[in-house]
Amino acid sequence: MTKFSLGRYLLPTYVFLTFLFLMIPIGYTFVFSFNDSIKSNIIWRGFTFDNWLNVCDQADVCSAFGNSILIAVTATVIATTLGTMIAIALVRYRFKFRSATNLLLFLPLATPEVVMGAGLAAQFLDFGWSKGLGTVIIAHVMFTLSFVVVTVKARVATLDPALEEAGRDLYASPAQVFRKITFPLLLPGILAAAMLAFALSFDDFIITQFNSGAVDTFPKFVYTAAARGIPPEANVVGSAVFLVAIAIVIAVQVRSTLKQRKLSK
Amino acid sequence: MAFVAFGSQAPAKDQNPTKGGRVALWLLLPGLFYLGLFFITPLISLIITSLKQPSLSGGIGRYDLGVEFGNYAYAISQYAPQIFRSFSFALLATVIALAISYPIAYFIAVRARDRPLLKGILLTLVVAPFFISFLLRTFAWKQIFSNDSFIVNVLKDVGIFGADSYIIGTNFAVVFGLVYNFIPFMTLPIYANLDRLDLRLVEAGSDLYASPATTFRKITFPLSMPGIISGTLLTFIPISGDYVVASRDFLGGPDTAMIGNVVEANFLRIQDYPTASALSVMLMATIVVLVSAYVKRSGTDDLL
Repeated sequence: MTKFSLGRYLLPTYVFLTFLFLMIPIGYTFVFSFNDSIKSNIIWRGFTFDNWLNVCDQADVCSAFGNSILIAVTATVIATTLGTMIAIALVRYRFKFRSATNLLLFLPLATPEVVMGAGLAAQFLDFGWSKGLGTVIIAHVMFTLSFVVVTVKARVATLDPALEEAGRDLYASPAQVFRKITFPLLLPGILAAAMLAFALSFDDFIITQFNSGAVDTFPKFVYTAAARGIPPEANVVGSAVFLVAIAIVIAVQVRSTLKQRKLSK
Repeated sequence: MAFVAFGSQAPAKDQNPTKGGRVALWLLLPGLFYLGLFFITPLISLIITSLKQPSLSGGIGRYDLGVEFGNYAYAISQYAPQIFRSFSFALLATVIALAISYPIAYFIAVRARDRPLLKGILLTLVVAPFFISFLLRTFAWKQIFSNDSFIVNVLKDVGIFGADSYIIGTNFAVVFGLVYNFIPFMTLPIYANLDRLDLRLVEAGSDLYASPATTFRKITFPLSMPGIISGTLLTFIPISGDYVVASRDFLGGPDTAMIGNVVEANFLRIQDYPTASALSVMLMATIVVLVSAYVKRSGTDDLL
């Protein structure tokens, strides 16, 4: 369409303004990580690098961050393993109870966090398990598992079964076929799923609050601190995590763009 | 759910699933057993707990097994406003988020289709908020709208606001925060759907002298329905159970509490587990009704 249409300029302007709006709180958090605050981090008092250089002056922020990393890594490893197995079975095999399996995997995605959190906490009470690192990890594996399945499943579906067949024709054992063909081809999907699981676990608050007992995580620290004002060191941790994550996303995108260019040559 | 589908655009290969009962079983069993133990039985625990009665031996947080349906009556009579607020906030925020997100998803999927760099940048910007804790983002809005903030002062200076007006603690602030937090959840599934929209269909519409508005109404919009439904569920469900935004320490006030806030207070603070569980069961039941309407529409294979 060459004729003038309002939509041509209206839509891009709208998109630009909405993205600006989406970025406001991110920018705010970043800017106030440099605030030379004394007690509360509400009023701008001047620029300083101190908060970035001495994050662990706020020992609570650092230990909560450490716990979050530990929980997210452990939960990611377990959820990615279990989820990948399920994803392969769903695409590759016909079996009974398929729709029941789909439903069981879908339900956690469709359950409000507060219900999963309270339910698990009620069960731990009934079992007499005391809440701590272990129960948080159990909870995180539970709610990230379905996300892993969805992500890996998309990758399994693009896999050409002929490749594995070729391996078998050349007398590779099933284990060799998996190790040399299936797994390397699935790896990008598995890594994407792992990154997603890590991000979900790291950022989770509601399920964690119900099942962590005295263990502090970074989101839990922020929630508790909100009552008296969040210290700038929390902004530092949040901003740093943001920068690392964005760097990873950009790296992945650049890599896949380069790969596509290579292929099209 | 097309939540993460935007990462993988390669076409599906014909898998011709084989019958392999044994192998499939061993691949499925550990994960499904896990979900059974830590997702399904907790829901049953929740129902059992919601029917418990206070322990005869007394003590805070001590309850015995029972069939006390009165817990539900109590929860409803005590917390009707919060229950009503949860669903009306969730509905309102979902509708607003849809209105804001659809044009963005459309722009990325259709207008930027042949410009991979722009598309990549825009998609990164859509997911960018996920990379910084949503508690920090929500708290940032609290600071931005706080009583002596720049924005509130400007509103007072130009006379839109009276001298003692405020934003934080109002229903507006809570719905605003909910909409903000869930825009990406709405945008991504709609984008994933529109990305597969066959533009030749739109072209056919205009070839047949349909106006752009008619083409959109008759072709683009109906075809994007699955994306809209996914996005709506992904937004409505988490919002209905959220209690961070409406918390008094964030954007809420004394009269903005939602179901989540009440469940949190009853479960974690005053240890009234039966009331908290009854509220959770009612929330879950409502969601199940909603989701089964969805399943009826599109079957179980489309869910994941």
